[in-house]
Amino acid sequence: MGRLFAVEIVYRGIFQKNLAKNISRGIVLAAKHDGKIGISFGRYGDSPERNGIPAKSFAIIATDEETLQEGMAKYEPKETDISISVDDTLCKGVESWAWYGLQPINRLLKPGGTLIVTTMQDADTIIGMAHRKDFPYQLALLRGIPSFSGLWVYKDDHTDVRILGAIAKVLPELLSLNAVELAIKEEWHDDLKVKSARKSFERVEMRVVGPSEGNPETPYSFELPKWQEMREGVTIPGIPAGKAMTDPQTQQAGGFRPDRNPTFKKFSTRTMRPVVDFDTCVKCTLCWLQCPDSCFDVTPDALYDANMEACCGCGICEAVCPVEHCITMVNETAFADNASQWEAWRKDKTGYQTWLQDKITHLPPREHGFRIRGQYAEEIKDLVKVGVVDTGDEKISEQVVTDPHESGAG
Amino acid sequence: MAKVIEKAQQEKEALISGSEAIAVACKLADVDVITAYPIRPYDTVMQYVAKLVANGELDCEYIVAESEHSQFEIVKHASAVGARVFCGSSGVGWMYAFEALTVTPALRIPMVAMVGNRALDDPGAFGVEHNDALAVRDLGWQLVWVDSAQEALDTALIAYRVAEDRRVFLPCAIACDGAFLTHSQSMVKIPPQEWVNAFLPPYNRGDLQLHPDNPITIAPQVNEDWLMELRKHNDEAMKRSRDVVIPEAYRDFERIFNRSYGNPFFEEYQTADADVVLVGMGTLSMPVKVAIRQMRKEGKKVGFVRLRWFRPFPAEQLAKTLSRFGAIGVIDRDFSFGAPYVSGVVATEIRAALYPVDKRPPLLDFISGLGGREVTVPDVRRMSDMLFAARAGTPQPLTTWVGVRE
Repeated sequence: MGRLFAVEIVYRGIFQKNLAKNISRGIVLAAKHDGKIGISFGRYGDSPERNGIPAKSFAIIATDEETLQEGMAKYEPKETDISISVDDTLCKGVESWAWYGLQPINRLLKPGGTLIVTTMQDADTIIGMAHRKDFPYQLALLRGIPSFSGLWVYKDDHTDVRILGAIAKVLPELLSLNAVELAIKEEWHDDLKVKSARKSFERVEMRVVGPSEGNPETPYSFELPKWQEMREGVTIPGIPAGKAMTDPQTQQAGGFRPDRNPTFKKFSTRTMRPVVDFDTCVKCTLCWLQCPDSCFDVTPDALYDANMEACCGCGICEAVCPVEHCITMVNETAFADNASQWEAWRKDKTGYQTWLQDKITHLPPREHGFRIRGQYAEEIKDLVKVGVVDTGDEKISEQVVTDPHESGAG
Repeated sequence: MAKVIEKAQQEKEALISGSEAIAVACKLADVDVITAYPIRPYDTVMQYVAKLVANGELDCEYIVAESEHSQFEIVKHASAVGARVFCGSSGVGWMYAFEALTVTPALRIPMVAMVGNRALDDPGAFGVEHNDALAVRDLGWQLVWVDSAQEALDTALIAYRVAEDRRVFLPCAIACDGAFLTHSQSMVKIPPQEWVNAFLPPYNRGDLQLHPDNPITIAPQVNEDWLMELRKHNDEAMKRSRDVVIPEAYRDFERIFNRSYGNPFFEEYQTADADVVLVGMGTLSMPVKVAIRQMRKEGKKVGFVRLRWFRPFPAEQLAKTLSRFGAIGVIDRDFSFGAPYVSGVVATEIRAALYPVDKRPPLLDFISGLGGREVTVPDVRRMSDMLFAARAGTPQPLTTWVGVRE
């Protein structure tokens, strides 16, 4: 029996759907040049058309057809040789549509496997976000912001081929650099992309992550019930209405916190979170009223605290807030936990102001949120300038990349 | 309870059709919500229900929907909040409601519906074929065929009792042959309300009831981790219906109403000494019985088994009964183009039921009476002759269209 390789690409719908597909297809097409065969598919239970929702794409590669069958007719591989995160905020964990509980980014990674992350953060920040494994694995960092490459209205930033180049570096048994180059020429007919793949092969940063490193939190897990244990009639208990909150300073009860589904939190959809300046809040209720996820808890002192267990990071609260800089959306990588901002403010108002100022100046300032037309193209230009996107001193390809096999969304 | 029944008034007789008999059963069952959308022959029941409501004899929400799909969706939701419901349709109207028909058993909604059996379009025809009701046979609907207005009334009461039993909670469709049953009035004994009250307890949805005091979510989206267990629930419910709840209901019916249907699942007619047997569903029982009496005078011992419950299907009992005979002839008032041996639906099911039995007599299928064409006494004689030939060892075609011009 030959060898079976599994690679997953974890991405955010809808903007990165084509990027993920281009990467998983690229892996299969490149492996062909090394005499291997494979399949490429998206996770069926995902809903990648939803804005920001974590989703997955897979490439299963084998040295022969019979071995490949072991990786076929499955929703996802049971373990991966390489897991790829094309948005670093996903390193906090993913909760996709129709999944239950937060799943670590490195959940499927086998011992000695590699987690490839495109990020502007340093290795320690990424390791701090990712859950601990009880065995060592490798972390490979590729400089870049979450890419929209492959989405037809955005310019190609070569993230797809840069990932392929990195794979050739971290697991040459899967793909040789030569195979990657041949596949890029065949699929994209673009010598500049070949160059980008080669550069990332040279520049990918790698380090081993030990079992003691990472987020110590135990991910949510549960036993699937037997049919005799399940309620009949496709029914589940409703979520109770909610109750008053308790002020951490005075222990007084007041306000209202809606009860929320304890097993389906959705917050891994978030790439940014609202940071609230309670000192300037005028209690207009607009954020509370407009939040599509009812994420605001009404505090005993009638303020509105965005509950990070429930916030999806859509930014509507920031948009409707009438007070300048009262609600600011901040990149999710700036935060280590989902703690209550209001409680921190109640305990230490001066300390909270310092914390808040530090957060709202965090870089990168925002992602998946564009305020002006052409912002992404501008950002790419800047990233080329500072060397994040490396095209070997040549002008980045102007061509608008579309997947020739993609006839429509979904 | 026995005292109540003793003291109760006697049954009254009325000249009503099979559809009207089911409407009367709705009144006796004190149904809460009824939806309607007209299509012949089902419309006879909705018209009579409307009349009962207008006359003040039945107090219920009577909603005329804008299509069959909405008609079935409305009662599905009403049942989820705890209402006893009635609905129905015919032919392509029933098919138009198909999506609602699939979700009804999936959500364990004990809806009772009347299917006035009608040929599917095209061409538009009013006459009976059983394909409309049979289309839901795999979905968790209980399906029962009746052959008289009296049986329609009685079976409707039994259907409520079985469907609303917590051990079942599956919908039940009562199939009535268009024209011969839906549009033909005969004398029907209408039981006093006290008897019905003693037989049919109130509908109690328990912890599955949508109510502010019982906050639940019904039908959330799930992935592959959950669905198979939910299907298993329905599988077990259907088995409990067949093994426990239907027999219990018929026993109680006999005790309270003093009218016996014998074996709940199928009626046997002159089978004790029969050499060959015919099997069928619905009103074709009438010409078959007449033909059998004629043939018996000539010394041809033919019996008849009229299948009532098609779902749950009484496979073991039926196989045991049918294996006694020298040859079996199934009369299918339906078609299933391209089916095994190009047979109809009932014959194919009975062949499957017979497979584990040691003694399997020759089984011939007769496609007959399609589109409401009469099944005639000469038709039945011809079928019987073929059965005797098969019994004697002369090979016969496995499927024969009887009554088609050729």
